[in-house]
Amino acid sequence: MALDSKIPNGPISQKWTDYKNKINLVNPANKRNIDVIVVGTGLAGGSAAATLAELGYNVKAFCFQDSPRRAHSIAAQGGINAAKNYQGDGDSVFRLFYDTVKGGDYRAREANVHRLAEVSTNIIDQCVAQGVPLAREYGGLLDNRSFGGTLVSRTFYAKGQTGQQLLLGAYSAMNRQIGRGKIQMYNRHEMLDLVIVNGKARGIIARNLVTGEIERHSAHAVVLGTGGYGNVFFLSTNAMGSNVTAAWKAHKKGAYFANPCYTQIHPTCIPVSGDHQSKLTLMSESLRNDGRIWVPKKLEDAQAIREGRLKPTQIAEEDRDYYLERRYPSFGNLVPRDVASRAAKERCDAGFGVNKTGEAVYLDFASSIIRYGKEQAKIKGLNPDDEKLVKQLGTEVIENKYGNLFQMYEKIVDENPYETPMMIYPAVHYTMGGLWVDYNLMTTVEGCYAIGEANFSDHGANRLGASALMQGLADGYFVLPYTIGDYLAKDIRTGKISTDLPEFEEAENNVRTQLESLINNKGTHTVDYFHKRLGKIMWDKVGMARNAQGLTEAIAEIAALRDEFYRDVKVPGDMYGLNQELEKAMRVADFLELGELFAKDALHRNESCGGHFREEYQTEEGEAQRDDENFAYVAAWEYRGKPSEAVLHKEPLVFENVKLVQRSYK
Amino acid sequence: MNLKLKIWRQKNAREAGKMVDYNISNVSPDMSFLEMLDVLNEELNNKGEDPVAFDHDCREGICGMCSLFINGEAHGPDRGVTTCQLHMRKFKDGDTIYIEPFRAKAFPVIKDLVVDRSSFDRIQQAGGFISVNTSGNTIDANAIPIKKHDADRSFDAATCIGCGACVASCKNASAMLFVSAKVSQFALLPQGKVEAHERVLNMVKKMDEEGFGNCTNTGACEVECPKGISLENIARMNREYLFASVKS
Repeated sequence: MALDSKIPNGPISQKWTDYKNKINLVNPANKRNIDVIVVGTGLAGGSAAATLAELGYNVKAFCFQDSPRRAHSIAAQGGINAAKNYQGDGDSVFRLFYDTVKGGDYRAREANVHRLAEVSTNIIDQCVAQGVPLAREYGGLLDNRSFGGTLVSRTFYAKGQTGQQLLLGAYSAMNRQIGRGKIQMYNRHEMLDLVIVNGKARGIIARNLVTGEIERHSAHAVVLGTGGYGNVFFLSTNAMGSNVTAAWKAHKKGAYFANPCYTQIHPTCIPVSGDHQSKLTLMSESLRNDGRIWVPKKLEDAQAIREGRLKPTQIAEEDRDYYLERRYPSFGNLVPRDVASRAAKERCDAGFGVNKTGEAVYLDFASSIIRYGKEQAKIKGLNPDDEKLVKQLGTEVIENKYGNLFQMYEKIVDENPYETPMMIYPAVHYTMGGLWVDYNLMTTVEGCYAIGEANFSDHGANRLGASALMQGLADGYFVLPYTIGDYLAKDIRTGKISTDLPEFEEAENNVRTQLESLINNKGTHTVDYFHKRLGKIMWDKVGMARNAQGLTEAIAEIAALRDEFYRDVKVPGDMYGLNQELEKAMRVADFLELGELFAKDALHRNESCGGHFREEYQTEEGEAQRDDENFAYVAAWEYRGKPSEAVLHKEPLVFENVKLVQRSYK
Repeated sequence: MNLKLKIWRQKNAREAGKMVDYNISNVSPDMSFLEMLDVLNEELNNKGEDPVAFDHDCREGICGMCSLFINGEAHGPDRGVTTCQLHMRKFKDGDTIYIEPFRAKAFPVIKDLVVDRSSFDRIQQAGGFISVNTSGNTIDANAIPIKKHDADRSFDAATCIGCGACVASCKNASAMLFVSAKVSQFALLPQGKVEAHERVLNMVKKMDEEGFGNCTNTGACEVECPKGISLENIARMNREYLFASVKS
């Protein structure tokens, strides 16, 4: 099947407006006869479910958590971008569009990104109207801060809880519709297959995680807002339950999977402390507004710190290497995430790491504390040369801005980051790849949509900070409700979809067989044993830096591990009730397939771009070297029985509004 | 560290549960409490025993999914944290640790340490929102200035993660702190004032229907709240409720 991105004609700034003027609409009476399934209740799924229900469709929403409010969007800390230009610093829709395309290393689809930038301003209006308590200045107006990869201040925030507050906004909109009976909410349910009838997505098979029952649910369209697949690495900043299963099942039923190798390794996470580690914790990128990143200049100092003989505060200013400020004077500590992560790895690989494992760098707030303290002293008419006072006043400012992040750090690491610099190291955080979608956000399965992190469309090869929340809400509140209407307009005479159709029966039987075979396997190793091994292969060979040899090895190792998993995994208990090991086993089975496709995609892309860094393709200065002539396309993979047989389809990326240049943050 | 664990085991909602003893060795002080339970489960799994079911997801203290009543305290002995942020360095070698589910009539046990908190969702569905459509065609976000002081207090109330520690800690299993946090978040904002009266009446009514107890001002909820939600929210809700009752 040839990929048709269905990008509307016309100038980029007019595409979305023209599109909206021309699409088919469904009249309110007919909407009452149309059912839509939304899987996932994060920012994308939650906002989509609420909006579709408001429009009049009958929505069935599913989440595996005990409440829709707990989806992992909640963990986003720093903020959400919008081209409001409240600061008057030269921001505009075009600039947000441009920054996002450039930040994504020119591997995103222009038309989608422009639409995202256009609707970004509505999101802020909407959220304020819903009662989301975004941060304000003393004059009562909204406050902004800066994020990596941009030169303007366009990020709105709610202290370090922006994701939670925005999700609670979407959740409250959902609650209003649940209360009115327009959304039927299925908590603690996991989608285990997509049902296709006559070539169209018509429902899902879901397992009730409390009773173990396997249920059939039908609808006229299925929307997947099921997030990213970072947990393929075992250790990531994703929630423990975050998984690829829903997207992967759709992939196996015909939805192409795009750019799986584009994964974001976030530069500011708390370093790994030991083998028991179950997940990694992110420290918001917003900290890079005020924190300066450094390692010692001298190898012997780094060694002394690792051995506990020296403290970071004892290293003199001139013996510190603020390597981001040194290498990238124009963006400094606010370079994009992929650049910051690789720079940290480069220093640590060279022997300058500062924790026991040698895999950590410092994020230091001392100079910001003094700068803010002096400013406050002057405002209050106090003595700006009183060191103790200045430190106290500066600490108060930092606490006000990042208090909960500092507290979180202290709880985990047992060190006070106001007194000694934080230690950070990159960790897997976000996946730019995902299900291929056209301009309508529809996958290659008719009637199956993918929104938010689950799709691939807006961030290219690297996502800028504070753009995930923007995309999730843009897709759910303002894009999908239009595009899905255009599709459903053809379905007004279809009537209810029966769950007695043979397609439902077949899908249910397949799910049941898979569950039974895992339970009956009675092998010798637990699910986590396999998941950890998969994660190690992925991190070592498909992680921050990749090469052809390592990727080839990874592909073989993952395939072998998958065979071993099916031969030897042990899942206790039965399938007729709450069984958390069984849930994990189903998810890891899919990760074991995705991981192989991921490595295959990384091996085929003979260039470096954004989060995909191939050691063979770098400039003399160690920066990513793109190959626009041969690789300016979206790699969309079609499933053919197993990952090794996946067939590549290319969607060429055409850039009419942005000139492709070597990305420079110097 | 070597520890003795006494854990509530209950097969499902219908069957009776009981405390079961386990020993665990080589616990690192850098582990989180849930990672310690992961290690226990891995051991149980390898021995062919049923692992302990417990709720958890984000493991960074924000999703509100984890619970656990540890040595008689919701989220354990540390303050201002959820169980996933509680680290084993808070315990000593040789300690005995009692681990139970959050207990309340409105939070029935599903299995072992997993409870059903959907009553919280239903309270929110009764009025925990502002009735604005998500068309995006509202007024500009800066059209109504909001005093920083009010915005900050609204935010403080909104930081509630809905974990249920307040209910588990309360001798009456009251949900007043949870409900008052939502009521306060909206009551402090101009956008939320329009429906303030209906909201507080509907949410309180639902709270009572769900079987939560009354508030007797012991303040245990505030002490155990991982997000530091203040009792002043309860006072505000009582005030709002009184006004609303008189007006209707």
